[in-house]
Amino acid sequence: MRTDLSPRLRVALYGLMCVLLIPFVFPTWWMITSSVKPISDIFAFPPDLWPRRFDFSTYQRVFELQPFARQYWNSAYIAAIVTAGTMVVSSMAGYAFARIKFPFSNAIFMVVLLGLLIPSEVTIVPLFQMFLGWGMINTHWPLILVPIFGAPSVFATFVMRQFFIALPGELEEAARVDGLGRFKIFWTIALPLAKPALGAVAIFTFLHSWNLYLEPIVFLSSTQMFTLPQALTQFTDAYGGAMWNIQLAAATMTAIPVLLVFIVAQKQFVEGLAHTGLKG
Amino acid sequence: MTDHSAAPHQKRPFWTIARKDAAAGFLFIAPQTLGIMTFVLIPLGLVFYYSMHEWNVLANTFTFVGDANYQLLLRDPNLPPVLLASAIFSAGLVVLNLSLALLLAVLLDQKLKGIVVFRTLFFSPVVVSLVAWTIVWSFLLQANGGINGILAVFGIEGPNWLRTPTTAMIAVVVVQVFKNVGLNMILFLAALQGVPKEVYEAARVDGAGPFKQFRRITLPMISPTILLTSIITIVGSLQVFAQIAILTKGGPGVSTTVLVYYLYQQAFQFNFFGYGSTLSILLFLIVAVLTFIQWQMRKRIVFYEN
Repeated sequence: MRTDLSPRLRVALYGLMCVLLIPFVFPTWWMITSSVKPISDIFAFPPDLWPRRFDFSTYQRVFELQPFARQYWNSAYIAAIVTAGTMVVSSMAGYAFARIKFPFSNAIFMVVLLGLLIPSEVTIVPLFQMFLGWGMINTHWPLILVPIFGAPSVFATFVMRQFFIALPGELEEAARVDGLGRFKIFWTIALPLAKPALGAVAIFTFLHSWNLYLEPIVFLSSTQMFTLPQALTQFTDAYGGAMWNIQLAAATMTAIPVLLVFIVAQKQFVEGLAHTGLKG
Repeated sequence: MTDHSAAPHQKRPFWTIARKDAAAGFLFIAPQTLGIMTFVLIPLGLVFYYSMHEWNVLANTFTFVGDANYQLLLRDPNLPPVLLASAIFSAGLVVLNLSLALLLAVLLDQKLKGIVVFRTLFFSPVVVSLVAWTIVWSFLLQANGGINGILAVFGIEGPNWLRTPTTAMIAVVVVQVFKNVGLNMILFLAALQGVPKEVYEAARVDGAGPFKQFRRITLPMISPTILLTSIITIVGSLQVFAQIAILTKGGPGVSTTVLVYYLYQQAFQFNFFGYGSTLSILLFLIVAVLTFIQWQMRKRIVFYEN
């Protein structure tokens, strides 16, 4: 489809893309600017694209109304553990399914793939009962264990397997002739080559954990234990009305760090994901 | 490559290596496989088991009721509207998401300066926290919110988006599309860039215009990606929960109560764990049937596969 475009078509395309961008970019802009507006200006008419008055106290109020630093830490450390854990579990399983010959490997792989068919929403009731039985309700264990070992990691395993299948076998054969064990081969030869796939898995997994909402509201009950998505919905006044500017300040603090990391590393992000799609 | 010739000379105790390999294989897949058993397969069995029981949490009773929950399912007056809402949501989402993703991918595939900036911006909602994104839209869609404010500047009186059945459904679909369309856009862009240039040149020589090229070459060539993205998007659309919970709470009435949200209400708000499990089985069957149909369609639609 890439052809040299006439100048008029060029302008038309830029114009079309700028219009299409509005619903993608405006919400983030509106979130940031509204988070520093005093509550009286929040529904001002006509809407202020730039705040007419600034009120930065909203950011302070976020921490007064909720143990927000603690909740931030909860989300961050859970996402970090889940990401690291999933990378280990899925790269090992993906490697074995792709490159090691062992009995029933295809049958077992089919069973594991069932995880893609069974979203965690289907099993949320028994999972709740299981974790209740293990005394893990209102702890972070369900949010760590299920994503690393359960259905969400199956996609990661699938991505890793597709990557390792495409890897040329000669490299490993040479190492095996030299007498290297499986784990050594995996660790020193296969894994370093798998960095692009691992990167994609890390991004997917982090975002999945960071965005988790149903599971926290089912498993967690005390504000100290809440994760960010759950905490964001808690900024309400005594009548249950939303305290919009404070809520948006909390939302901004949740969204901006990930957004900044993305902008800095957008090449790796986008190419990692595209790569996954091609192989998938 | 040099080792290849050296290999036959080395005496390898082959069966030991094979056995070692098998052991390593099982060890490598153990965490994932045991995890799937513990957190997916056993719970799936339990869902089926629970669905045949009446579970009263307050009285702490758990009694076998056979197919009573399934009878209830068939008679539940809320179920037809809930399934209809799910169907409208999923169909609307898939159609809008895939067509917008394809349009954006075609635009981003053009030779234009600064195209990476556009790509980054179109993709950015994917990395914005889902709940943060939904809250901003909820704020924008209030009766006196930003969208109606902007409409009012042009003299248009907007509806109370989230409190009117039709517009509430449109709103939850659209908010979800803008959040995630970037993923499919990137997958389509990668697919477009993977189509060999020579094919287009040959078509041009034969006198095919841009639209004919798109329909006859591009679409068939990227059909594996279209299938993949449609499976991911449909299965994903059946899991949508946070957006509904934050934007509409399933309302007004049950107009935006999709199956997952209904399941959550029955199990965790009303403590009907037995009936909630029956709804889980229904959700599972729907996902399984849809995936199976799409997999079968692969043979008919997909013209080209590596």
